[in-house]
Amino acid sequence: MLRREILTIAALSLLPVVAFAQDTVKIGLILPMTGQQASTGKQIDAAVKLYQAQHGTTVAGKKVEVILKDDTSVPDVTKRLAQELVVNDKVAVLAGFGITPSAMATAPIATQAKVPEVVMAAGTSSITEASPFVVRTSFTLAQSAVPMAEWAVKNGIKRVVTMVSDYGPGIDAEKSFSDRFKAEGGTIIENLRVPMRAPDFAPVLQKAADTKADALFVFVPSGAGAQFVKQFVERGLDKGGMKLIATGDVTDDDQLAGMGDAVVGVINAHNYSANHDSALNKSYVEAFRKANGGLRPNFMSVGGYDGMHLIYEALKKTGGDASGDKLMAAMKGLAWESPRGPISIDPDTRDIVQNIYIRKVEKKDGELYNVEFATIPNVKDPVKAAKK
Amino acid sequence: MATILFDGVAYGMLMFILACGLAVTLGLMNFVNLAHGAFAMAGGYVTVTLMDRWGVPFLACLPAAFVASAALGLVLERTLYRHLYGRDHLEQVLFSIGLVFIAVATTDYFMGSSQRNITLPSWLQGRREILGVSVGLYRSFLIVVCGALALGLQLGLTRTRFGSRLRAAVDDARVARGLGIPVGLVFAATFAVGSGLAGLGGALGVELLGLDPYFPMKFLIYFLIVVAVGGTSGIMGPFLAALLLGIADVAGKYYLSSALGGFVIYLVLIVVLVLRPHGLFARAR
Amino acid sequence: MSVTASFSRRARWRLPEIVFWLLAFAALLLPPGKHLLLNEIAILALFALSLDLILGYAGIISLGHAAFFGTGAYAAGLFCKLVTPDPHTGLAVAIVVAAALGAATSLLVLRGSDLTRLMVTLAVALVLHEVANALPLWTGGADGLQGMTVGPLLGHFDFDLYGRTAYAYSLVTLFVLFLLARRIVHSPFGLSLMAIRRNPLRASALGVPNRSRLIAVYTLSAAYAGAAGALLAQTTAYVSLEVLDFQRSADVLLALIIGGTGWLYGGLAGAIAFKVLQDVLSASAPQFWMFWMGLFLVVLALVGRERLGQGVRGLLAKVMP
Repeated sequence: MLRREILTIAALSLLPVVAFAQDTVKIGLILPMTGQQASTGKQIDAAVKLYQAQHGTTVAGKKVEVILKDDTSVPDVTKRLAQELVVNDKVAVLAGFGITPSAMATAPIATQAKVPEVVMAAGTSSITEASPFVVRTSFTLAQSAVPMAEWAVKNGIKRVVTMVSDYGPGIDAEKSFSDRFKAEGGTIIENLRVPMRAPDFAPVLQKAADTKADALFVFVPSGAGAQFVKQFVERGLDKGGMKLIATGDVTDDDQLAGMGDAVVGVINAHNYSANHDSALNKSYVEAFRKANGGLRPNFMSVGGYDGMHLIYEALKKTGGDASGDKLMAAMKGLAWESPRGPISIDPDTRDIVQNIYIRKVEKKDGELYNVEFATIPNVKDPVKAAKK
Repeated sequence: MATILFDGVAYGMLMFILACGLAVTLGLMNFVNLAHGAFAMAGGYVTVTLMDRWGVPFLACLPAAFVASAALGLVLERTLYRHLYGRDHLEQVLFSIGLVFIAVATTDYFMGSSQRNITLPSWLQGRREILGVSVGLYRSFLIVVCGALALGLQLGLTRTRFGSRLRAAVDDARVARGLGIPVGLVFAATFAVGSGLAGLGGALGVELLGLDPYFPMKFLIYFLIVVAVGGTSGIMGPFLAALLLGIADVAGKYYLSSALGGFVIYLVLIVVLVLRPHGLFARAR
Repeated sequence: MSVTASFSRRARWRLPEIVFWLLAFAALLLPPGKHLLLNEIAILALFALSLDLILGYAGIISLGHAAFFGTGAYAAGLFCKLVTPDPHTGLAVAIVVAAALGAATSLLVLRGSDLTRLMVTLAVALVLHEVANALPLWTGGADGLQGMTVGPLLGHFDFDLYGRTAYAYSLVTLFVLFLLARRIVHSPFGLSLMAIRRNPLRASALGVPNRSRLIAVYTLSAAYAGAAGALLAQTTAYVSLEVLDFQRSADVLLALIIGGTGWLYGGLAGAIAFKVLQDVLSASAPQFWMFWMGLFLVVLALVGRERLGQGVRGLLAKVMP
């Protein structure tokens, strides 16, 4: 029934579509441009614009047009916008997705309409399993949490308290860190969770302090990172001998410069640092800052930048054929050099494979940066890897 | 235990400074100003900008934040707010939410959407052992400043000429006008002070609460809780309510699991309001 | 004129009403493209209608109406996943569950000032939000409730990508519930509510049982909100924590105030104005639409809805003599 109806309507509007599709490939970019997640949206939007400015708007003979929509981080709005983009604008690719529920809500649309969904930000592991048309260029939280656990064990940290924000990604981080840490012989003293609406970290930090653990592993969404670290230091936990280890969201490049010296020395694991030492990254950071009034690109921005690269390269491979199946086939297994280092798309899971770097916050030329000092190459999403 | 109590008190004091202006506009002037947080945000951004761009010391930023927000409040009161006194509450809601939207969008446009932070002077960082209890210096500073302000406000409202004029203007604006009290001016001044205090609270709160363009929406619920629990018949009610809120919030998160700790505060709110519909500390009318 | 005659005159259908509904149903025949937005408008309209029942007709202000919307959405979602994918029984179940919650929480809003009611309703919604977040096994937590496969409408019409079936479903539900609401507010029950709103003391002196009337209307309103939530869950085949969010309660209140309280079309008009404006603004300025929306609200409040309405009418009168 459903298919028949789609076919009928497609047939009715066949002529104009074909004429149009010949020269333009549209990308529906759905991002939170307002609301709590607005900084994510701005970073990705800026990166997408930068990519098009650098690489032109024509690929494989097709003009690539990006249509930006604001979903205000409300999943049912995301889904409606995605549907409208597919139905009205005939987009060939859906992209963006600031938070996990938005990406999840859209997945059925991607399946139904056979349109690739390029996830540029949301980090819960299971998103890529929601539809065979989902492909991710950001990261999964477990990708950062597991290497952090391994590094901690190797560096003499035996007893750890974890503290995460109480929602999907936080629980992902808590579970993957704890499981690996225990498997490597460490002890998790306690798993603490803080409610999302928790402006004051004092009580949880006090609880952590009372455990006298070797280290505190923490994940909080990037906006809350600075306050957390400050309160950690203010409580004197660092002087009490407790190390702070984290996923890189906590020391987000977007805000790192303004966090103050309290964050110096925080050890964290993540996929991208604006300080990453490569020629490509240097020119990327320079161009990004120039185009955006000095704004420093963060790990969200590379998700957007690489997402565009993925779409462009896939179009090149298909010779400009923008049908969903062909694009997906072309995307699987693509590998390239990104500002964050070498990355590829896992052909089995359609998730990103990338280097994870262990970093330490240091002051360089008067500015705070995540300075990479160890690399774990080609990390696949550990949650999906464990399922096999 | 004592540390938790101390943290809660400091947090509550900060909430009081942020919310007391709302208690005044809502309780005394009967105006539903949901845009109250925007003034706090203005104070916060004044502080961040002064410190970041011009290197102004933190202490000097506090009065600046007060003055800037008060001036903003005064201008808006004279140009916009005063047209809505005495109107339907729902229209006031419409108006003030509109203001919040404008404030959020404008701030986002000019200041960027990411979190902003400040670096406190070194004498406010760290902790000291006082009477066997380990306390944070900045939180002690908050308690002292906010406590003094609360005391000053209470005295100002009950003991000064301005305070009695304000109370008269609120009780019966027509009679007060007849007695020669410049009601419009009194309201404007009150509104400005309330906004200024919010601005000061915003400045003091950057370190603890953070600052982004969505500040007015994020903390609106907390302000409303303080005012609703405290009652709207004076300053002391909201003050005690803010302390209670701070302690309950901190202690709830410390002693209960995260799942419960998140909403214990709302359950308390429901119970309080069902038992005492006019607020926990309101005088019987 | 006798009292009965005057009341029946008020309850009579007028031409603009009939035109309004004809247009709403005619929109079904539009070429595909706007049905998804129309569906969202219909759902918000039903939600605003439910708020109007308590705010406009009983004077109970709520800043937590999403509690019932969200309960209906989760009830419909879980019912679809665990029991049967049939949307109609799902809708009925959601209505019953939301109404039960409404009846239970109505006891909390019987007393108190506007501010107290505002805060109690808000707190109820916040508690439910936290509860939903704390039960990821049931609700999917922050990831949302996935894996809903909603069955075809009337056993025949699938929910398509274009949203036409969805819009038809939401619109018919809205229309039926609207008819019911219209009937109720013009009944003696509805009139007694108005009496309570204007002067509770006098109403009880006249022998109106204030308590039970308020409980009844609050329960009814919760049922309507639950229906709106169920429509959202079923037409998007997804439920996220945002259905219980503070933002949702605030949006519906805004929409209702824009349209005007105390007449059933207020919620409908407000929902149309709010959604269309948001859609147009955010399409043209994805980063900055909130500014223009805010400006619109401020101007609307300053000028006053009535005067604005008169101005438009006056202008129309000039243009079309």
